[in-house]
Amino acid sequence: MADTKSTDLQKRQDAQVQQAVEPASNERLFIAPTDIRETNENIILMADMPGVRPDGVAVTLENNVLTVRGTVADEHRSTEAPAYEEYESGNYQRSFTLSDEIDRDGIEARMNNGVLTLTLPKTMPSQKKIEVKTG
Amino acid sequence: MYSFGWQGYQNPWRRMREMEQEMSRLLGDYSGTRPASFPPVNIYADNDGATVAAELSGVDPQDLDISVHGHTLAVRGERKTPEDSENARWLRQERVFGQFSRNIDLAFDVDPESVEAMYRDGVLKIRLRRAESDKPKQIAVSS
Repeated sequence: MADTKSTDLQKRQDAQVQQAVEPASNERLFIAPTDIRETNENIILMADMPGVRPDGVAVTLENNVLTVRGTVADEHRSTEAPAYEEYESGNYQRSFTLSDEIDRDGIEARMNNGVLTLTLPKTMPSQKKIEVKTG
Repeated sequence: MYSFGWQGYQNPWRRMREMEQEMSRLLGDYSGTRPASFPPVNIYADNDGATVAAELSGVDPQDLDISVHGHTLAVRGERKTPEDSENARWLRQERVFGQFSRNIDLAFDVDPESVEAMYRDGVLKIRLRRAESDKPKQIAVSS
């Protein structure tokens, strides 16, 4: 069933997130709210990272683990204590485990208005039809 | 829960914001990752006025409506759902979409002519100056 793979993907993401939120330094790291959608051709990941410029984004892929990191531009860091505060500025990091069906060389990253969009093309599985013989 | 009657004098804008925050909190509890209000704002105050910063990624500046009345700043807009989402299957949804509206009470009268707003890297910054009539006046003491 086509659904099985996606459910597995999601379960493993949760496990990865657990690991990602334990940085070894005292740097402030936030988990960027992320949407993941799947079309026939691609898996599309969109992450909110307000305050991050295109040159502040690092996307790495190692051993099936895709890591997204965003460094907030100096301009958007608080230099003084706000009189009223609802958010804190800091960097973003998050990791996802990819299934084998992603074409690694075709991954595209775009940063626009503080939203990172990653397009992960799916590799077309080689079609192999097994004929069932009767008789 | 809220009672809607007036209990003595209360600033109606503050009351509205409280209700708005309460609504957002109730809805936000669902995922546990959403801030209390959208967009979250920080206010930096100084002698001349204040700067309001809002974390508001993924919005077309054309869809933002910013206005000032008295000492209230209103920020309204819409964060649109991605275009291709109709044909897609959602595997994970944590970001919020739709219309939002925030009314921020600044505690000083704003000079409406001097308001400047800038949207960059998903952060909205609004500079608001105190109206001349609202500025403190130095009173000379004559002997």
